Amino acid sequence: MSTARERVLARIRAANAGAPDAPGPSREYLTAHSPAGDPAALADLLHENLTDYRAHVSRSGPAGLPGLIGTLLARRGARSVAVPPGLPAGWLAEARGVDRRPDDRAAGPLSAAELDAVDAVVTGCALAVAETGTIVLDGGPGQGRRALTLVPDLHVCVVRVPGQLVASLPLALPRLDPRRPLTWISGPSATSDIELDRVEGVHGPRTLEVILLADQDPPEPDG
Amino acid sequence: MSGTFLGMPAFPEAARSAVADPVLRANLRHATHTIRARRARAVAELADWEALRQAGKEIKDHTLRHLDTHLLRLEEAVTSAGGVVHWAEDAEEANRIVTELVRATGEREVVKVKSMATQEIGLNEALEAAGIAAYETDLAELIVQLGEDRPSHILVPAIHRNRGEIRRIFRDRMGAWGRPAPDGLTDEPARLAEAARLHLREKFLRAKVGVSGANFMVAETGTLVVVESEGNGRMCLTLPETLISVVGVEKVVPTWRDLEVFLQTLPRSSTAERMSPYTSMWTGTSDGDGPRAFHLVLLDNGRTSALADATGRQALRCIRCSACLNVCPVYERAGGHAYGSVYPGPIGAILTPQLRGTVSELDASLPYASSLCGACYEVCPVAIDIPEVLVSLRERVAARGGSGHRVERAAMAAATWLFDHPGALAAGERLASATRRLHPSRPPGAGAWTAGRELPELPERSFRDWWRRERGKGS
Repeated sequence: MSTARERVLARIRAANAGAPDAPGPSREYLTAHSPAGDPAALADLLHENLTDYRAHVSRSGPAGLPGLIGTLLARRGARSVAVPPGLPAGWLAEARGVDRRPDDRAAGPLSAAELDAVDAVVTGCALAVAETGTIVLDGGPGQGRRALTLVPDLHVCVVRVPGQLVASLPLALPRLDPRRPLTWISGPSATSDIELDRVEGVHGPRTLEVILLADQDPPEPDG
Repeated sequence: MSGTFLGMPAFPEAARSAVADPVLRANLRHATHTIRARRARAVAELADWEALRQAGKEIKDHTLRHLDTHLLRLEEAVTSAGGVVHWAEDAEEANRIVTELVRATGEREVVKVKSMATQEIGLNEALEAAGIAAYETDLAELIVQLGEDRPSHILVPAIHRNRGEIRRIFRDRMGAWGRPAPDGLTDEPARLAEAARLHLREKFLRAKVGVSGANFMVAETGTLVVVESEGNGRMCLTLPETLISVVGVEKVVPTWRDLEVFLQTLPRSSTAERMSPYTSMWTGTSDGDGPRAFHLVLLDNGRTSALADATGRQALRCIRCSACLNVCPVYERAGGHAYGSVYPGPIGAILTPQLRGTVSELDASLPYASSLCGACYEVCPVAIDIPEVLVSLRERVAARGGSGHRVERAAMAAATWLFDHPGALAAGERLASATRRLHPSRPPGAGAWTAGRELPELPERSFRDWWRRERGKGS
């Protein structure tokens, strides 16, 4: 007796018998839509596209990062923050009065209900795509499992520029490992299901704060 | 329980009631025109759009030509990543497989990501018959499910409902399904979305089984891809212990790299975004992240019949973006319900008769629910020549029925409906003429198969335009 698998495959083979050959794709499309070799322009493009899709973007150097994270959490009224394994120790150093909820194997992972009671999560990312205004998480160090950046209502995500920034999708895919669970995020969750009015924030975090972290601190501003 | 498409009247009858409903017509017109304009802007951002469209078409054609090889490769990759692959010849078999998988977990409810494939097979109804509650979690699908209604658009299934109706549905029905709507709920979209967030969150947090479809499956890596906006997809893909994905066999693409084409063309064609808010990718199961069990149900359900049709097989390139709905003058007037299937609009008119056959009056009438204006082909991100397939299907219907046959009568009634609605017809004619230089003279496809066919030349002016000019002044 043949199985469904065998019967489906047999029908596919019968349907294709005598069909003309179909060569692979010509791929005459562009690798990127923005000029190469200008990291500052690329960071500006990411900034612009993230903002366009209602993410909030700020910029920082290494020295100012803990202060900025503390300010953002405070501004949004976050009293607790989920901490993914491998988050650089200093990042939360100035998050005063915020309860840290580590999610790691040693402490035991937070349950869905516990996670639902947490106000915010702070993570890094695997990379960011300037042309589409996208950050990609792959569960690596400082990012945690997928639920962590999904259930809390505020996600603060740090992108190292230019190191983690690519121009386009064709440049992003080769840098990612498909065996890891990947989440591509382009702005906060949204719906247009009611009369096409865009509403930010349905089930994912309603607020997405992205910090573009430069390698060096900016020079002291005048005055 | 949501409404069913079975026993629907043929296209013209259903279309007649849609045209008579002014609220529905206004909603549809607003929606299609808005999304159409946004899409055009999003596509215009990419200078290489035509090259991406061509590559998308070629990838899909190549995949379909070697579909057996790619499915076997996919099966191997998913299996070695910890997933279990099932094959289903038809809707009944797929429903049975999913029902048994859910039963094996001991659970009596599942949370669902919006999925065309599970709607196509009537999975919710099958689960309900087995005593399992299936909760739709996409906002529009929730509106449809609570309203005991049918989806009317692929992308925005509740587009036939306005905010006042949605408020009433939430207020009256949410309590029967779980957490009731908040007191004093207004019809402001943000408040309605908030009500859905609260209603569904308790379901997400306790869900043990998630059911999804997929936009793409990558053969070489075994990766599945879901593109969505609200985060309900991420909830269903991430929080449950068991994930079951039901996916049509044509959704496979050969390589990881192929995603660089479709992740550019799908969001821009569909929601007119550079990328949708959330794109999730997973390969089998991952230790300590997401479901511990993953089942992939590969669905045929008529797809291999479409594959066997030299002209019709191109419908299997479809990535379900719904751009063709929003430019179609017939869809705009008739609405999604008239097509009597989960696939409305131009793509539905060529997909449904191929998946289900042209035996019923409804399915036989679908190929006639078009003025052949070609706007759908122009916007299709995988260049499906829908008018060409429509003409071919009309031949099939005519050959089956013979003159005076009930199937032919249903088909003729659809054509008559079209001619009775000059707006639908005239818009079609004008578009066809305006774009005639872009229309291929031969059906696209490889030489030997199609060289013998010619598409009829389009006149420079439509008959209506000519008449108006010649007879002047009037109308």
